[in-house]
Amino acid sequence: MSDAATHTPTPARTPPITLVGPIGWVRTNLFSGWVSSLVSLLLLFLVVKWVLGFLDWGVFNAIWSVPNDAAGRPDTSSCRALAGTGACWAVIGEKHRFILFGTYPYEEQWRALLAILVFIALFIVSAMRRFWRKELALIWIGALTLIGVLMWGGLLGLAYVPQERWGGLVITLILATFGLAFAFPLSILVALGRRSKLPAIKALCVLYVELVRGVPLISVLFMASVMFPLFLPEGMNIDKLLRAQIAIILFAGAYLAEVVRGGLQTLPRGQYEAADALGLSYWKKTGFIILPQALRLVIPPLVNTFIGFFKDTSLVLIIGIFDLLTAGKTAIIEPAWQGFGIEVYLTVGFIYFCFCFAMSSYSQRLEAELNQSRGR
Amino acid sequence: MSATMEAVASAARADAPPAILLDKVNKWYGAMHVLRDVSLSVALGERVVVCGPSGSGKSTLIRCVNRLETHQEGSIKVDGIELSDDLRALDAIRREVGMVFQSFNLFPHLTVLENCTLAPIWVRHMPKAEAEALAMEYLERVKIPEQAMKYPGQLSGGQQQRVAIARALCMKPKIMLFDEPTSALDPEMIKEVLETMVGLAETGMTMVCVTHEMGFARQVADRVVFMDRGEIVEQGPPGEIFENPKTDRLKLFLSQILRGH
Repeated sequence: MSDAATHTPTPARTPPITLVGPIGWVRTNLFSGWVSSLVSLLLLFLVVKWVLGFLDWGVFNAIWSVPNDAAGRPDTSSCRALAGTGACWAVIGEKHRFILFGTYPYEEQWRALLAILVFIALFIVSAMRRFWRKELALIWIGALTLIGVLMWGGLLGLAYVPQERWGGLVITLILATFGLAFAFPLSILVALGRRSKLPAIKALCVLYVELVRGVPLISVLFMASVMFPLFLPEGMNIDKLLRAQIAIILFAGAYLAEVVRGGLQTLPRGQYEAADALGLSYWKKTGFIILPQALRLVIPPLVNTFIGFFKDTSLVLIIGIFDLLTAGKTAIIEPAWQGFGIEVYLTVGFIYFCFCFAMSSYSQRLEAELNQSRGR
Repeated sequence: MSATMEAVASAARADAPPAILLDKVNKWYGAMHVLRDVSLSVALGERVVVCGPSGSGKSTLIRCVNRLETHQEGSIKVDGIELSDDLRALDAIRREVGMVFQSFNLFPHLTVLENCTLAPIWVRHMPKAEAEALAMEYLERVKIPEQAMKYPGQLSGGQQQRVAIARALCMKPKIMLFDEPTSALDPEMIKEVLETMVGLAETGMTMVCVTHEMGFARQVADRVVFMDRGEIVEQGPPGEIFENPKTDRLKLFLSQILRGH
């Protein structure tokens, strides 16, 4: 019998519960020293206090509906009696159709709702990579035509609704979707033009970008709504919404062009040279080699700009177009509902948030997916 | 016997119009004179190695051949076509001239197979199936058919450079240009790429290769061209260039190269 007879391997143990799992995480991240413990406790206290306060106001003390008075108007005295200690969600119940559809005729508002649903379906389909084919362009043309028919009417037995009566969420979606759908291709052309070897094209693109970037969007909208009609021959009138739409397209185009140009510049020169050496023409090189890589690189700033412009469409309120925010603002002009702005603005803000957050999380997923296919 | 055959072959080469003909080519980068009256003729099927110290203009020279760089004076004829601003002539030349770069320059967003089929499909208008079959044939020749579905980022440097060679060959070029193809590689990968190039040379491809791999030059080159400061200083068969350098500049260069190895 020697000492070196047998060696029993030490069995693997699970790490102590204080190092891994939720407990370990809390210990290392929240309570690693007395300063961090103090800060954690303070923040926890503030969060709990704030959440409880909000629940009190928004849920427990809130009033969800109000009765009508003798004249058939809503009686908001119970809401006013709360004196700010509880939310009056009745305003949303009463005004939600105005916020979503603006002054669109009440009996026809199902058409506006349908248009919103078509928009959302269009976004979902476009987001799926397996639909990224040539047919997607046809789907877009079809969906946008359908939305136009629904909103305007005047055929298929639908009553005609003039554009002045459109409003609410539909207007926001129209401005943002058409705006970005046209601004994005425009921006690619401008970005390519800015790198062109032809001096005239290059100068034109630089001039456009610098000119548009040099003025605020509000002033472009003002010009589109006030000054532009002065230059038109008498009797000719271009729809106000269309003018605002064009202003937004031109404005977003300039900003997006700079983002795309950033992507083009980060591509190594070798990619251009390899494509040239293979004999690919300019447009084939651009379409197959340069843009797929450049656009992938700039997904985060692109989506950033997209989100910014989605919200910037609310600036059309200054030229009197009824978008989501303006509709919300107008909904509380009625004396009975004055003073319940917080509830309305929270709701409008929540709708904006849903769209923006969807864009943001989609872009993160897309980025991860595209990088995966590169084996990184 | 074999000597006579070689003589016959070289006679045949002499009759055919040169694959590449440079006549008094000059080029400036701003005020810097980087190519000075360079004249060079490469016969069909000939294999030329261009060497010289860095900054001697050797890369610029071969990049002028497919017009990745433009020359300002003199004339360049490739396959009988004069290089000029005429885009159609340029397209015709680029279809016939393949190029392999120091940094591979594969397209990272496409698979190896797509890298190889893109140009045949869109420039040569080859049906997709035919292009894929051709690509697989060349990937087999460079000994990596099993990597066809991978992305370049998943391959080693040597494998990437072999894909780059296959990609250029898929266009069925008459002339292949190599711009320091092994300079960015680890020593063990240099060997696999050089073997691929030796194999290509054995098929009779016209090759112009900028490289410092003297072993490769000895084994494959018909002619070695030594450049310095934008000029061709000396040229001749590899044995002559390496054993009996005539100029001091080449002697110095060779001693530096050999010391490094």
